[in-house]
Amino acid sequence: MRPFSAQLQTRRFAPVCHDISIAGELVGLHDSGALWWPDGDTLVVADLHFEKASSFARKGVMLPPYDTAATLEKLAEVIEAFQPRRVVALGDSFHDANGSDRLPASYRAMLTTLQLGREWIWVTGNHDPIAPVGLCGETVDEVALGGLMFRHEPRADAEPGEISGHLHPAARVRRYGRAVRRPCFATNGHRLVLPAFGIFTGGLNVLDEAWAEIFPTQAFSVFLLGEARLYPFTASRLVKD
Amino acid sequence: MDARADPLLPKRFSDWFAGRGWHPRAHQLALLEKAAEGRSVLLIAPTGAGKTLAGFLPSLVALSRRRKKIAVAARSRAGTHTLYISPLKALAVDIARNLEAPISGMGLDITVETRTGDTPTHKRQRQKRQPPDILLTTPEQIALLLSDPEGRAMLADVDTVILDELHALVTSKRGDLLALGLAALRRLSPGLRTIGLSATVAEPEDLRAYLVGQQPDTPRALADWVVADGGVRPDIGILSSGERLPWSGHSARYALEDIYRTIKAHRTSLVFVNTRSQAEALFQNLWRINEDTLPIALHHGSLDVGQRRKVEAAMADGSLRAIVCTSSLDLGIDWGDVDLVINVGAPKGASRLAQRIGRANHRMDEPSKALLVPANRFEVLECQAALAAAHRGEQDTPPLRSGALDVLAQHVLGCACAGPFLPDELFSEVTSAEPYRTLPREAFDQVVAFVATGGYALRTYERYAKLKPQPDGRLRLAHPRLAQQYRLNVGTIVEAPMLKVRLVRSRAEGRRTPVGRGGRMLGEIEEWFVDQLAPGDTFLFAGEILRFETIRENEAYVSRARSDAPMIPSYQGGKFPLSTYLAASVREMLADPENWAPLPDQVRAWLELQRQHSRLPLREGLLVETFPRANKHYLVCYPFEGRLAHQTLGMLLTRRLERLGAHPLGFVASDYALGVWGLGDLGAMIGDGRLSLDGLFDEDMLGDDLDAWLAGSSLMKRTFRSCAVIAGLIERRHPGLEKTGRQVTVSTDLIYDVLRQHEPNHILLQATWQDAATGLLDISRLGQLLRRIRHQIAHAALSRVSPLAVPVLLDIGKEPIFGDAQEALLADAADDLVREAIR
Repeated sequence: MRPFSAQLQTRRFAPVCHDISIAGELVGLHDSGALWWPDGDTLVVADLHFEKASSFARKGVMLPPYDTAATLEKLAEVIEAFQPRRVVALGDSFHDANGSDRLPASYRAMLTTLQLGREWIWVTGNHDPIAPVGLCGETVDEVALGGLMFRHEPRADAEPGEISGHLHPAARVRRYGRAVRRPCFATNGHRLVLPAFGIFTGGLNVLDEAWAEIFPTQAFSVFLLGEARLYPFTASRLVKD
Repeated sequence: MDARADPLLPKRFSDWFAGRGWHPRAHQLALLEKAAEGRSVLLIAPTGAGKTLAGFLPSLVALSRRRKKIAVAARSRAGTHTLYISPLKALAVDIARNLEAPISGMGLDITVETRTGDTPTHKRQRQKRQPPDILLTTPEQIALLLSDPEGRAMLADVDTVILDELHALVTSKRGDLLALGLAALRRLSPGLRTIGLSATVAEPEDLRAYLVGQQPDTPRALADWVVADGGVRPDIGILSSGERLPWSGHSARYALEDIYRTIKAHRTSLVFVNTRSQAEALFQNLWRINEDTLPIALHHGSLDVGQRRKVEAAMADGSLRAIVCTSSLDLGIDWGDVDLVINVGAPKGASRLAQRIGRANHRMDEPSKALLVPANRFEVLECQAALAAAHRGEQDTPPLRSGALDVLAQHVLGCACAGPFLPDELFSEVTSAEPYRTLPREAFDQVVAFVATGGYALRTYERYAKLKPQPDGRLRLAHPRLAQQYRLNVGTIVEAPMLKVRLVRSRAEGRRTPVGRGGRMLGEIEEWFVDQLAPGDTFLFAGEILRFETIRENEAYVSRARSDAPMIPSYQGGKFPLSTYLAASVREMLADPENWAPLPDQVRAWLELQRQHSRLPLREGLLVETFPRANKHYLVCYPFEGRLAHQTLGMLLTRRLERLGAHPLGFVASDYALGVWGLGDLGAMIGDGRLSLDGLFDEDMLGDDLDAWLAGSSLMKRTFRSCAVIAGLIERRHPGLEKTGRQVTVSTDLIYDVLRQHEPNHILLQATWQDAATGLLDISRLGQLLRRIRHQIAHAALSRVSPLAVPVLLDIGKEPIFGDAQEALLADAADDLVREAIR
């Protein structure tokens, strides 16, 4: 039981990953929810959902307008830790198609600073099907790099090596009559689904029916995000919501 | 007190009384007098004193006179004359039935209707067009009517508002909602009078102030009050069983035979227990030994409404011998002739006990009869203290709450739904309500800003504002859609997500068919409880042992189980903390052996042993014992301040002990004591001065330590969620409208974290803190405790467990152990796999 204040202070991310192999490529799972691909000198983050709160506010649900800032700060810390040559934002980077347009100037500047000196790829997602307005970076629907294919929404018929997001994987573990639910990475060795990186994002239990096409059998593993570490479990050890 | 002589009571009424062999009681006539003087009034009367009739009498008399003057044609245009507001839907329905007798008996031309969440839409619409003379309803319905111009028109002529069970209403956020509604009603209909009906309370002035409008910067305005004759002193006993008194636990199994025999010896008994799980267990056990097959029923808040109504009806027609029930029957619905109240477990509060006892014998000239059945030794002490309080007629109802800000936010939106408003006017209206009398203007403005744009320091949502300023300074609702949203979210009760429990045929019964559909609905159960169950687990519910099958949408499918050893639900519905007043009485009793005379021999011997082996808990100070046991070191203290305050204290103590290098492992809290255990030798640390008890229990733990702990506390997050729902930040979960997947919704935990980090003074966090301080964390009471015991901590360094500590240690394993164990749990579960892999 560490005091909470201490937890906050030590929440600077260390560039230490849990290494796994996806279709023969070595990739590192990071407890921030980001993926580090050393051979590509690439950092991958999925489902940032920038400007989600303001998207809700338009409909009269006044969520605190701090999500973009908090997600940006977290992203900055991970970029600081890994110093990647390239960043891939794996779709749904903005919560809606107007999100990049609404991005306040200060955050826009912060994001631009993060993009300086590195390649930046915006993969489109269902929430943000078009290129962000007034921001650097290349916009693609999907991109193949090395032996890996980066796209937003995992495909049932995907070739091995698919890295995706979209589903916001989360898993539940029960023990001593108590259950813990956390965002997680989900993989079967051929494909990998990243947890949502955005602050205001929920998760979809990997045992939900929506996953049946992605992992048809129970032969997959998850890595739950923890404090400065990941907790690996096979799917058979998980429970439904 | 001759009825015929009273000029205020028309002949038709006095004849009706006389015809039934009754005469109006003094307090009933007193209320007529107050009505004639145009005064608001609080009536304090025990159950069965004709309280309800007293409340309605002035309205019935006024309406009977009015009819003569008003032409029939004009009638449909008149608004409602009298509003009756009760905390329970069932009570409104019950009262409607009870009013039937005098109205038809006297041939009065008065319309009475109910309006609750169950009232069909067409009837509600009709009520707005043709308001009944008397409308029986709930605080939520008042809020709904006030949010709608037609509803306001219907209430514009209200003459009298009767508030039933006021003592119960004012202690919750529903009381805040109602206070704001009353303030709005007063502005709508300036001549309005209120009549509060209440059981005996500790501070009647609070209720009297609640009933009338308050003015700024003047002493509290008070309604008049009338106290009905308290009747005969109750006849209360504590069960003295020949069986051995348990050290711990809440089941009172030892007394089962005694309880059964007592039920048998009486006509009709109400058996009160404190939690739903205890009700289930006791009911089950009573039927196990029910050789005479006495009709014994079960009643608690989770049971299906239909089933509850059936039990209530059976009770009303006198066909039951006993009902095992929880506080769901605390409030004053009248059923048949109860001649005995049995309270199993600790009463938790003197007034609570008095109200429960009041359910027996509704004739005022006969004493109520009650039997207290303590379930363990500490509860014997508590029962004794409660009994003494009952004999002295002392009360310990909680003080009036100060109005919650989340409820105010809801009300502000409701007002906007009714039409544009001027903030200045609304502020004076709101502060005329007693709970909001001292609300600073700044807080009010923050709440209005919250409703309009979320109220964030970062003013980014102006263009999406829900309230738009008009040129004349009024605020107008931005879109009619917001009014619909408001109507779906109105109310202050935020339930834990519930699942319906449906009985189906078991899958285990052979046939390989899917689990059957369409079985009987048994009731509702908390989602988190079902979450813990694996298919095949058995538990007690609705008086049966059930086998959990599966979850389908929002229903839990269960089947009848053959097992006779169920895994009993551990859900805690209706668990009350020990009242401060009783706690003080218990400490006083313990501290002085002279007070032990009324206690059973076993308990006296137990305390005597404690005196010899350790020492007795102090009246004002705090006894702290330390002792080693099985490789661990224990610290047990006896604050007697209730479970909630002890839990908070336990959290903070372990945090401090951790920092001091004492390696605490966990703690367990009961209503009476707190036990902490760890690897470090706490006794030795205190002995050689490395650990100062005064320092450990210093009040400054309520500063940084509390703050740091609250950051991650799930209790705080739960509290925040309910504030966010009430204040309208997020929408209520509506059954059937939950199609959206989890990935689209925003969890309030995330909102809480972000808000706490970026805007720690946000109005919703203030509301959360206000709730937690008096609610789940009971910080106010913990603060009082720490101040009381300062420099009065006695340490007993023992070589082994003390007699008083035994029950505390026995609770370990039965009660949840606290601590920030999520990470540990995950690590443990994950490491299990590693071990498996190595093996």
